[in-house]
Amino acid sequence: MTSAIPARPVSPDLEQDTTPGVGPGGPSDKKAAAQYSDRVRAERRLGWMLAGPAFIVMLAVTLYPILQAIYESLFQFRLTAPGEREFIGLGNYLVILTDNVWWKDLGVTLLITVITVAIELVLGFALALVMHKALKAVRGPLRTAILVPYGIITVVSAFAWFYAFDINSGYVNSWFAWLPGIDSDLNWFAQGPTALFVIMASEIWKTTPFISLLLLAGLAQVPDELTEAAKVDGATWWEQMRKVIIPNMKAAIMVAVLFRALDAFRIFDNVFIMTNGAYGTEVLSLLAYRQSISRLEIGLGSAVSVLLFLCVLIICFIAIKLFKVDLAGAQGGK
Amino acid sequence: MTSTRSKVLWGIVSVLVAVYALFPVASILATSFKAPSDLTNQKFLPSPGQATTGNYEQILVGDAQGLFLTALRNSIGICLIATFIAVVLATLCAYAIARLDFPGKKLVLTTALAVSIFPVISIVTPLFNLWRSIGLYDTWPGLIIPYLSLTLPISIWTLAAFFRQIPWELEQAAQVDGATTWQAFRKAIVPLAAPGVFTTAIIAFFIAWNDFVYGISLTSTEAARPVPAALAFFTGASQFEEPTGAISAAAIIVTIPVVVLVLAFQRQIVSGLTQGAVKG
Repeated sequence: MTSAIPARPVSPDLEQDTTPGVGPGGPSDKKAAAQYSDRVRAERRLGWMLAGPAFIVMLAVTLYPILQAIYESLFQFRLTAPGEREFIGLGNYLVILTDNVWWKDLGVTLLITVITVAIELVLGFALALVMHKALKAVRGPLRTAILVPYGIITVVSAFAWFYAFDINSGYVNSWFAWLPGIDSDLNWFAQGPTALFVIMASEIWKTTPFISLLLLAGLAQVPDELTEAAKVDGATWWEQMRKVIIPNMKAAIMVAVLFRALDAFRIFDNVFIMTNGAYGTEVLSLLAYRQSISRLEIGLGSAVSVLLFLCVLIICFIAIKLFKVDLAGAQGGK
Repeated sequence: MTSTRSKVLWGIVSVLVAVYALFPVASILATSFKAPSDLTNQKFLPSPGQATTGNYEQILVGDAQGLFLTALRNSIGICLIATFIAVVLATLCAYAIARLDFPGKKLVLTTALAVSIFPVISIVTPLFNLWRSIGLYDTWPGLIIPYLSLTLPISIWTLAAFFRQIPWELEQAAQVDGATTWQAFRKAIVPLAAPGVFTTAIIAFFIAWNDFVYGISLTSTEAARPVPAALAFFTGASQFEEPTGAISAAAIIVTIPVVVLVLAFQRQIVSGLTQGAVKG
C-alpha cells in the first residue's frame, strides 16, 4: 500500500500529503512533515476504528472460550455435581493420555484425515483440470454442478449416503451384489472398516469441490507460455504435468491440502449421523462432545478440547515449518 | 481440433461430473417420495405406483410440522442475522485493510486465519458451560454469537481480496469531476464493491447454514434448534417407524435454497471462494 488515500473528506492538499518528498518541496517542509504525521496518525486511528470491532469479536468468540477451556480442564468438575469441583492440576490430561480411547480416536481421526485428503487431492485435481480445459459452453454448468455438494449441509450429505447404504432402506447392497463380499445381509454400519468407508465417501463427496476450486485457481496462475514451450519441446502430457504445471502451482496445492487436512481433522457431522462413534469409528471431536455435552464432565471434556486444539496447532506448525506453506502469502495477505 | 469428437468427449466428461455432483441429492430426493411401507424395496426409486408426497405433508402440515417448521424458522433467522453481522463487521474491517495503512493489519488477517482453522468443538465445551450460567443456552443469540466465529473470518478474507481489486482512484476521479465525497463513494465505489459484499454474504450464509456442532450442543428444545440438529433428533410417526422418509423430505427442502443460490450465482461464488483463498 504505497498510496494511502484517506477515507475522510479529501482536503485540497491531498497531493502533498500522500506523496511526501515528491510533492512540490516548498519552504514549509517542516509544516508538511507535521501535517503528514498527523494524517498518518489519523489514518491509523481510523484503520483500527474500522478493523477493531471485527478483531475484538473474533477474539471474544475464540480466544476467550479456549482460555476458559484451559482453566476448566484443570478441575475435576461435573455439571451434575457442581458442589464437588476440585482442582486437580493436569490430572484430567493424565487420565486422557493414559486411556486407550484417546489414542484409538486419534488414530481413527488421523486415518480419516490422511485418506480423505489424499483422495480429494487426486479427485479435486482431476476436476480442476476438467474445468480448466473445458469448452466455454460447458464450463458454467460444470461449475454449477460442482458447487452443489459444496453448498449442501453436511448432515444432509450424511443422511443421503447413510440411507443409500443402510441395510433396510438402501439399494447399494442390491446394486452391487455381484461384487465379492457384498450381499443383502451386509450391514455397512455394524463394523468399523465398512462404516468408515461410507463416512469417508460422504466426506470426500462433500468437500472435493472446495479443494478443486482452490486448485483451479492455482492452475490459472501457471503461465500458458510455459506449458506451450514444453509442448513445443515434445514433452508428453505427463511430463508437462510433472515438470511444469505441478511445480508451478505447488503453493496452491499446499494451501489446499493444509486447509482440507485441518477441516478433516475436525470431522464430526458424518460420524455423528451414521454411527455416533460406534464400532470403533469414534473421532476426537465426538469424544470431546461425548465427555462435555452428553456426560456433562466439563473438566474432562475441556481437557479433550484443549488437546484437540493442540493437535491442530501441531499440524499447522508441521505444515508451515517443514513444508514451508506460506498461508498468509498464498491467502493474498500482506 | 474442436471437432465433433472433442464435443462428444466433453459431453461425456460433463455428464460424469454432473452424476458425481448430483447423485446423492437424487438419491435422497427419490427416498423422500417413498411410502413407509416401500422404504425397504431395496431400489433407488419408489416402487411403481407407490410414490407419495406423504413425507412432505408430514413435515409441512402434518404431525412433524412443529418440529420441522420451527427448526426451519430458527435456521433462517439465526443464519441471516449471523451473516448480516459478520458481513457488516467484515466490510468495515476489509475496507480498512485494503485501503488504509495502519500497524496491525497483518495481525488482523492472521487472527482471522487462526480463527477459521480453530476446531469448533474446542469452543463448544466452555460456551456450553458459560451459556448455561448466563442464560444464553438454547436461545437465538446463544447461536448467533458462536456462528460469528464461522462467518466472520472467511468474510474478512474474501472481502479484503475483493476490495484490493477495486480501482479506488475512480473515487478521486469522480471528485475531480465535481462529485462530493459521498456522491463519489456512492456512484463510483459502491457499485464496484456491492457484488463482493453480496458474494461474501452468500458464502458466509452457506457456512452458517451448514453448522451442526453448535446446533446440537448449545440448544435443547425447539426454541433455537436449527435444521441440521433437528434432523438428527427426528423421530418416526410411531415408535416402530423409521423417520427415513420425513428426514429425506426435510433434507430436500433445506437443500432447495442452496441449489437456487448456486444456480443463480455460481460465477460469483467461485470467484469469491478462490479470491479469498489464493492470491487473485
